Amino acid sequence: MSLRDFGPNEFMFLIAAARWTILLALVTFAGGGAIGIFIAALRIAPSRPLRWLAIAYIQFFMGTPILIQLFMAYYGSSLLGFRPDPWTAAAVTFCINAGAFFGEIFRGAIEAVPRGQWESAKSLGLGFLKTLRLVILPQALQLMVPPTVGLMVQIVKTTSVASLIGLNELTRAAIKVNTVTFEPFMVFGTVAIIYFALCWPLSLYATRLEKRGNGKIQAKVKLPRLMPAS
Amino acid sequence: MQNLQFGPVFAHSDAFIDGVISTLVLAALSIFFGTMIGLLGAIGRSYGPRILSAPIGAYVEIIRNTPLLIQLYFVFFTLPLVGIKLSSNWAAIVALSIHLGAYAIEIIRAGIDSIPQGQIEAAKSLGLRPYRIVRHVIVVPALKAVYPSLTAQFILQIMGTSIVGAIAAEELTAIANNLVMQTFRSFEIYIVIAVIYFVIVQSASLLFAGIGRLLFQWKA
Repeated sequence: MSLRDFGPNEFMFLIAAARWTILLALVTFAGGGAIGIFIAALRIAPSRPLRWLAIAYIQFFMGTPILIQLFMAYYGSSLLGFRPDPWTAAAVTFCINAGAFFGEIFRGAIEAVPRGQWESAKSLGLGFLKTLRLVILPQALQLMVPPTVGLMVQIVKTTSVASLIGLNELTRAAIKVNTVTFEPFMVFGTVAIIYFALCWPLSLYATRLEKRGNGKIQAKVKLPRLMPAS
Repeated sequence: MQNLQFGPVFAHSDAFIDGVISTLVLAALSIFFGTMIGLLGAIGRSYGPRILSAPIGAYVEIIRNTPLLIQLYFVFFTLPLVGIKLSSNWAAIVALSIHLGAYAIEIIRAGIDSIPQGQIEAAKSLGLRPYRIVRHVIVVPALKAVYPSLTAQFILQIMGTSIVGAIAAEELTAIANNLVMQTFRSFEIYIVIAVIYFVIVQSASLLFAGIGRLLFQWKA
């Protein structure tokens, strides 16, 4: 016995919930990208303590499950005397977490530019930041694109974890619809198709970019493999 | 601002130990089954009959482009409808194995593709039987080539087990959530859990590196 059947209304409810998944993914992409630039800069900075700081950041966020990070932000901030709403907790956690992955991608791209270019820029009298901006980044940028598109797929999938702190995105909407219709095959099948429709084009695009970029610079920049729980 | 109090957290250290054991069992079983799926799938896709290629490819793409959480719910809610009743933990193992299987197929296939065709022809011309060729000329060198990627995926799998509490399976994160409700020391508990996961992940990396050395050192 179920309260209602899976019909067009339920389908539209799921489609409507997908916009929150998309919005959260876009926020994560933008915020994580910005943090990633900062982390990558620290990671290759000439000062050793700064590099260690970046390594610790990356190790923590890649080496623990994102769900724990999310719980820590959502439930744990009561220690500081406030309770964020699920949206804030999820957006902040995902941005900080994605920052570690973006940081590794950016660093990989920067390090793929041959070492000799740093040395020649130095011999021309350019400082660290100027070398980075004028010589290294223009070449590194095109190497960053394929793994960044790949990371976007991971981010879309990872947003589903936010349903576990009660954020009303696609996965949580699916649980709600499943509770009233009890047609799990239809509900989770539909939601899987929606996620697939969001992710697959990006995956194909990433693969195509990767193939096209092969052999541009000897070292290929790879998407870091560790993306917890996606 | 409250003070950090770890006392009530460590009073429940036996619960943490149970959690660690459950998490390791979930991870180990799903890694075993997932790798088996990966091996069979990769061999089937590269050397099996052509009919197999499309379904295996579809399986890989579907799993890799949908969230683990949805796969988990799908397995947990639909299996009983077709008459398969599993406990939460076994449903989690099934979902996690199916999940890892898709990634393992992709990874192992990359290894198989890296083996030169001439090597297989050489083995044939030496009169090796098909089973010997698959084992010694294809699978072992392929696994050696992709071992680092494969174990990175295993590490990911260990962290992925943290979300199976969503279907009421028992593991470290779910046990932590129970403790949070009992003690209200949420921040302390999640800090401890994060450290435990971190230690598990780092030890697993070391362990996999060690196993890799043992397994492949004579097979250069």
